[in-house]
Amino acid sequence: MSRRRDDRLTWETFSEGLWRENPVFVMLLGMCPVLAVTNSAVNALAMGLATTFVLVASGLLVSLLARYIPKQVRIATYIVIIATFVTLIDYTIQAISLDLYNALGAFIQLIVVNCIILGRAEAYASRNRPLKAVVNAAGMGAGFTFALLCLGGVRELLGAGSLFGFDLFGPNFQPWVVMVLPPGGFLVLGGWLLLFDWLKQRGRETEPLPRGETLHGR
Amino acid sequence: MAADSLSFIFLNTVLANNFVLAMFLGLCPFLGVSGKLETALPMGLATTFVMLVSSLCAYAINLVLVALDIEFLRLIAYIALIASAVQLVEMALKKYSPVLFRALGIYLPLITTNCAILGLALFQTFKGYDFTQSLVYALGAGVGFTLAIVLMAGLREKLALSRLPSVTQGAALSLMLGGLLSLTFMGFAGLGGGHG
Repeated sequence: MSRRRDDRLTWETFSEGLWRENPVFVMLLGMCPVLAVTNSAVNALAMGLATTFVLVASGLLVSLLARYIPKQVRIATYIVIIATFVTLIDYTIQAISLDLYNALGAFIQLIVVNCIILGRAEAYASRNRPLKAVVNAAGMGAGFTFALLCLGGVRELLGAGSLFGFDLFGPNFQPWVVMVLPPGGFLVLGGWLLLFDWLKQRGRETEPLPRGETLHGR
Repeated sequence: MAADSLSFIFLNTVLANNFVLAMFLGLCPFLGVSGKLETALPMGLATTFVMLVSSLCAYAINLVLVALDIEFLRLIAYIALIASAVQLVEMALKKYSPVLFRALGIYLPLITTNCAILGLALFQTFKGYDFTQSLVYALGAGVGFTLAIVLMAGLREKLALSRLPSVTQGAALSLMLGGLLSLTFMGFAGLGGGHG
């Protein structure tokens, strides 16, 4: 019974999503909302929280129902479960703040096709106890939110000179507008990945990759 | 927005509001399948085809949803619809054109989770496009996606041959390239008459 192989709940269950397997920076999953809604820190935070909710709720339900779902239709079932929770959060955000709803636009509904959520449902939630699945999903959600904030913060800071809507640099700041436009999303995420790659490379400087064997073109 | 002319919709979605480079839809295949030109082009064409089929079906199913007054089921209906459209395309291809089926391989089922398809269905509903407008919108989105992924594959093939600092090899560089492409496509902004 591999289902019961490792049932202990550890700090690792939560923290792997935060850093070691960060969905955005390490696994490069769910890039569309990452780039599309991070033109300000507030949008980034809202998107992160909405995704976390869907992750946790669908993780719980999938984990509870896993043994009753026939193997052949499991993906379709997961998708329907996820779509249900996304519809919930979509109407909730619309009820709480119409401004936010308009800023995020269709990207709330597009959480359905965020590969992180389906990936977690298939690879983790369906094979683990509900509690563990929920903790792991919360960790992944936190990691996702963290990554969104990293991007949203930098883009808002450079592109509008503010953070969470507060003006930081005073009236003489000349905003770098391209950063809040689409190209900025690509460039800032590329910049973060460069930084992390550089840090990782410094970490293993003692054992360099053999020539010709690189990470390019995964 | 429902009064947009067909040529405006087409040019706008191909260039000014390119699905990949301006609206960030369908980034996973854009980054994942753009390593080689010979896989990028079939991927683009397959996606275009699925876009056309699912746009048609989404238009039809939205009429039913509105008629029955159950629009809150739209998301679930669209997702189920796209999954079955992909499945149908896969089965039809397998039967009538095994060569093309083998060429596309794993990419076909992956199209289901391509957010450009769902995004397309949702956007055409929000904008209230009629039947022909939806079709042209889907065609434009598909052509735009193909254009972006082919350009990217061409760039990455060139880069694979050049000497780069080892840090920049990997996803970071692809994203930087994407940023530059996106900057270039911003130059078309006047063509579409702003964001829409």
